Amino acid sequence: MDSTAIPSLGARDYKSDLKPVWCPGCGHFAVLSALTRTLAFLALPKHRIAVISGIGCSSRLPAYLDCYGFHGLHGRALPLATGLKAARPDLTVIVTGGDGDGFSIGGNHFLHACRRNLDLTYIVMDNQVYGMTKGQASPTTRPDWRRSRLTPEGTGMQRFKPAAIALAAGAGFIARGFAGDPNGLSHLLAQAIEYPGFAFVQVLSPCQTFRPESREWKTRVHPCAGAPARDPATAAQLMLTDDGMALGLLYAQVLPPFESQPRLEGDDLAAIEAEFAL
Amino acid sequence: MVPPVVALVFSDVAGIASTSVGRTGARDGIRPGASPIPRPSVQTNSELADRPHTRRDPLPIRHERPLALAVTGSGGNGALTAGMILLAAVARAGLYGLLTRSAGPQIRGGESAAMLRFGPEPLACIGDRIDLLLALDWANHLRFSEELPLARTSLVLADPAAGTLPPVIAASGAALHPIALRAAARRYCDGRTNMVAVGVVGAVAGLPLAALLQGAAESLAPKGEAIVTAATACIRAGFAVVHGEATVTAAEASCPPAALARWNISGNEAAGLGALRGGVRFVAAYPITPASDLLEWLAPRLPRLGGLLIQAEDELAAINMVIGSSFGGVPALTATSGPGLSLMSEGLGLAVASETPIVVANVMRGGPSTGIPTKSEQADLDLALYGLHGDAPHLVLAPLDIADCAFTFDWATRLTERLQVPAIVLSDQALGQARAICDPPPAAPALAGRERAVPGAGGYARYAASIDGVSPMAVPGEPGHMYTAEGLEHNARGTPSSMAADHCRQLDKRWHKLVAHNYGPTWADIDGCLDSHPAALLTGAAPGGLCLITWGSSRGAVVEAAERLRRDGWLVRVIALRLLAPLQQAALRAAIAGAGAVLVVELNHRGQLFRYLHAQEVLPTTARVLAHPGPLPLRPAEIIAAVQALEDAPVA
Repeated sequence: MDSTAIPSLGARDYKSDLKPVWCPGCGHFAVLSALTRTLAFLALPKHRIAVISGIGCSSRLPAYLDCYGFHGLHGRALPLATGLKAARPDLTVIVTGGDGDGFSIGGNHFLHACRRNLDLTYIVMDNQVYGMTKGQASPTTRPDWRRSRLTPEGTGMQRFKPAAIALAAGAGFIARGFAGDPNGLSHLLAQAIEYPGFAFVQVLSPCQTFRPESREWKTRVHPCAGAPARDPATAAQLMLTDDGMALGLLYAQVLPPFESQPRLEGDDLAAIEAEFAL
Repeated sequence: MVPPVVALVFSDVAGIASTSVGRTGARDGIRPGASPIPRPSVQTNSELADRPHTRRDPLPIRHERPLALAVTGSGGNGALTAGMILLAAVARAGLYGLLTRSAGPQIRGGESAAMLRFGPEPLACIGDRIDLLLALDWANHLRFSEELPLARTSLVLADPAAGTLPPVIAASGAALHPIALRAAARRYCDGRTNMVAVGVVGAVAGLPLAALLQGAAESLAPKGEAIVTAATACIRAGFAVVHGEATVTAAEASCPPAALARWNISGNEAAGLGALRGGVRFVAAYPITPASDLLEWLAPRLPRLGGLLIQAEDELAAINMVIGSSFGGVPALTATSGPGLSLMSEGLGLAVASETPIVVANVMRGGPSTGIPTKSEQADLDLALYGLHGDAPHLVLAPLDIADCAFTFDWATRLTERLQVPAIVLSDQALGQARAICDPPPAAPALAGRERAVPGAGGYARYAASIDGVSPMAVPGEPGHMYTAEGLEHNARGTPSSMAADHCRQLDKRWHKLVAHNYGPTWADIDGCLDSHPAALLTGAAPGGLCLITWGSSRGAVVEAAERLRRDGWLVRVIALRLLAPLQQAALRAAIAGAGAVLVVELNHRGQLFRYLHAQEVLPTTARVLAHPGPLPLRPAEIIAAVQALEDAPVA
């Protein structure tokens, strides 16, 4: 890293001059601030960071940073980031998105990104609703939530348990933060970015517009009990039985990072072409 | 070529039957001169002997060139391996060859056939008929018999012990010769009937023994010395069945000269090589027939060039992975077939909107839906041209033969980097899973690579308008031009915008950069064109001035049909389109101009290219189409028949 070669930056230096499209009071503002503070704390050079997203309110985040970014397809941020990180392991690659983007349309990629264990940081701003399409139920919405005209009787479906599913899929770093606790969130994000593998951070990020009841989350969140679990069985017990509001690093285990076959420089195409010569 | 020394005569005479091979001289191994000449066992009570067309005269050696032969069997019994060895032998005999295959979807136990055509000139078409067919067994023959057309001049070799002769063989009128393959295999080589077949069919096809043995040694080397040694014994035994043992011994000394300037390559390998030549160093893909072997070829070779391949969880992931790599500055490719291309449509649109160069190889198979995974069709042109939502200009190319896979993928990769656009390259199973002995493919024309951002005043505008529509593309890691690539419509700086003016400007930019580029002469291969017959072409008089238009893998049959028509006095030009989008309308109109009759030839149900060319207003109203769906390939004879039918039709 050439971080010593650049003047130290403040959090504000990581922000672009674009004004977010988010509603007043949206939790995502706090996530953006926590992220820029983390990047400044880690003193990462802006041009060596790429933030990748899909589609949704939270997926607008990359454009609000003064880094490289890619605002791609709904649900496909993880594979795009996978291709980038695999091709350019020198970059710090962060993926941001929401619960619909990551757990519904992109659910398969979530599983396989956990398994693949590339050195990515995946931040999911979970507000338990589709905001950009005006308030439909997401995979983390309660089955009896009846405020959407699309599912007036509720979805009737079990809630998606992001942490437990990440654990089962093989993720080695699983944390839960809260937009109302920006300092705690910054701390988690710094650990996630520094973690040498796939780091998943679920951020409870209230939607004032479509889930006004989520203002009450600040009274319901609580720190997770004890140190982060290091064995999957303990972690599974915790994740499957908690109320989904426990904050902190839930599980941390260093796993073998993704490695393709060793990449060699120096061979040339002529040697490969020679295979075809008679 | 050594003429047969010992003529083997089939007879129902009991005395000869008593000398049949397989029960006499059971000695170890095969030592020249140490064992009696293996002779075909005569089945006195066999069906074969009762067939009226079964010949009793010596096995004729087929010296005509080109010659098409087929080895057929059930999956797992080695027909395809036999084909590989025969192709290598053809190369060692100093000839060109084309090896295609037919296989069912079964992993093992289904039907499989290797079809090899060879001769002194390069071949891009399997021809009209199989001249020489050797069946290892008849178990699944019906499943591909329509792919193996036989004529009365054809010769069928089969072991009477291989099962009941299918009626379709008898009905073809082809001459039938029984060959005691299994007996020879049992005696010499632990029952590897397919290796005995290589010796038999190679001998009947007039190939030198030394070439066959060398072909086997090269093809089987990865399997170890013991396998090569056993195969050598079998091939000698098979050769001796035809030529007699004295020839086997004599031929050992005459090692044919190797044509060292030629290559032995499959279409999928050539496609992978072309991508590497063009600069691809990252591949992400999901396995799918018939594209998987392209990926399997690339997987161990990319790391040797500093690149890598990722097996993605699905095609949605694959296309987004390659977009990510290319955004990071590493040229990238994904390969798939029709069902996968359907899943990649949204990602292709993202590559268009974000102006990220990527190459998508579509090794086409029969469709729609799961269709016919193991067999070829040119039916994805509509999807490749029109499959994206929104106004999404992009490149569509198609390689014209096996070697051209290298050229076209090389060129496609360079074009995508130059133009910051996705390219869909339409190969197909008939190219991808076929092998050729061919001349080494040329490199694609050099192009300026991706235009990189340079530091400047006023900030970086990733999507700024420019004279040629191409705007400099920054690469992450470079200070000074950070930006967010955008799939939403955007302004010049990449900021999302739903304003009409921004939308129009960006649509114009993305269209303009494609049509403003000078693609040079390689947009098509034009055969017998304006330079060769300028005056006659301009008269437009029938039967002169026939113009055949085709694309992709169908070119081989069209070129061969054209050559035969020319020999019959026709004036024919062939336009084989390599660049399908953006269509080079002016150049194509000029190439067609003056033709008295136009026939579009392609392998799909309703003429997708024909309708596209009409929509683009390049065809005269009198143009006709010859289109039929796969999996049967286009044959030169049916193209000639279609041309002759044109002549009978009124021409405006």
